[in-house]
Amino acid sequence: MQENETIICRCEDLTLAEIRDAIADGYTDFEELKRYLRVGMGPCGGRTCLPLIRRELALTHNVSVDEINLPASRPPIQVTTFGAVATGSERSSYE
Amino acid sequence: MSELPKTADIVIIGGGVVGTAIAYELAKRGVKNIVVLEKSYLSSGSTGRCGAGVRQQWGLEMNCRLAKGSVDIFEGLSEELDYDIEFRQGGYLVLAHSDSQVAQFEKNITLQNSLDIPSRFVDKDEAKEICPPINTNAFIKATYCPTDGHANPFKTNFGYARAAEREGTKIYRYTEATGINVENGRVQAVRIGDDAISTPIVVNTAGPWSREVAAMAGIDIPTYSERHQILVTEPVERIFDTMVISFQIGIYLQQVPHGSFVMGIGEKEEPSHNIRASWQWLEFITKELLDILPILKELRIVRQWAGSYNRTPDAAPILGEHPEVAGFFNAVGFSGHGFMIAPMTAVCIAELITGGEPPVDISPLSADRYDKGELIVEPSVVG
Repeated sequence: MQENETIICRCEDLTLAEIRDAIADGYTDFEELKRYLRVGMGPCGGRTCLPLIRRELALTHNVSVDEINLPASRPPIQVTTFGAVATGSERSSYE
Repeated sequence: MSELPKTADIVIIGGGVVGTAIAYELAKRGVKNIVVLEKSYLSSGSTGRCGAGVRQQWGLEMNCRLAKGSVDIFEGLSEELDYDIEFRQGGYLVLAHSDSQVAQFEKNITLQNSLDIPSRFVDKDEAKEICPPINTNAFIKATYCPTDGHANPFKTNFGYARAAEREGTKIYRYTEATGINVENGRVQAVRIGDDAISTPIVVNTAGPWSREVAAMAGIDIPTYSERHQILVTEPVERIFDTMVISFQIGIYLQQVPHGSFVMGIGEKEEPSHNIRASWQWLEFITKELLDILPILKELRIVRQWAGSYNRTPDAAPILGEHPEVAGFFNAVGFSGHGFMIAPMTAVCIAELITGGEPPVDISPLSADRYDKGELIVEPSVVG
């Protein structure tokens, strides 16, 4: 696989090579890797990158994928503008 | 978990920025056999959840000195740690909404200037130059300090941790201290389940869990944790460099170097370890935010989270050796501003432990000030 051309995190534009470098540099804990590279912190909410990175970490630690816990998923489920939130709260206060 | 050592010269409980910075400063002073115990991952507590701001505009002399000293350290920290902590000095704009607030800020500025903090009043026009999209009807006057700023809390913590490890410090993740042995008023050991590490010195840097860790040594400190919520938006083109805060509204917001906006607002909360995000809070901050910066209406919210302010009755931290238990040091109760004063706090604690002279006299921050009624109230807390 072309490590340098394979994009793992589309939000932060990170390649497989960059993920592997960070893991090799000692960021082997999923939570710390996330905070070091910002993977999973973009608008997609980690839906694309986190399962892929989970597999990389499972290979690193030589365990099954199930044994690597995913970082917490956080609200909102979908990106939302402040304007939409403001309109929503106006409506709810009339009801 | 790798094998724990049987003895250590110092055990630090808590792998947030205060713990790793103290480990680094001790190692730098030649202390060997330092152990840091972290019950989860590094930055899992308040450090990794904070607003990342670095402010020197305080109302209490002690906080001004710790913050100014920390900014001086932050300025050279990437180089010192050989790790980019993303420190940027885009300033802090503090909004005043009433004449009484202006009067308080006058006192603050006089104090800050006397300590070489370059803060000053700005009128609405100048505020608009500093932050072009700001709604000038939302405040009457503001103060501004150009050397305040932002650093990446994760990277600052990782940078300190790695620098400490290079000097021989051992950091154990997912390793929870479960007890502290005290005999004849002296610390003897830290227990981790069935294991124990003999040590003459323990440093409590447990952030949200400071009270629980102190209780392990039989000490009652008046700290408590309180949920504070925060959010981040999508990254966009740079609009302004300053942090904007208001003590009256309780809001703080800034565009971080990455391009996203990070912001929080304080709500009435009961003491607890609850760190779940709520949709009610999102509606609350949206309303206040759009009043100050209506331009952000079309900006997308990406993520919401929460963390703890570990508070004290006077919103000033508890620092130093506990008067009742020799060898037990606290660096806790930062009340929402631990990250920004961590560098100088660590220097002071490391000096105290190694028998030196702390550059800032932190003796008024001793834990027994509450028993003596010597509270030192900080009037300028936000979020």
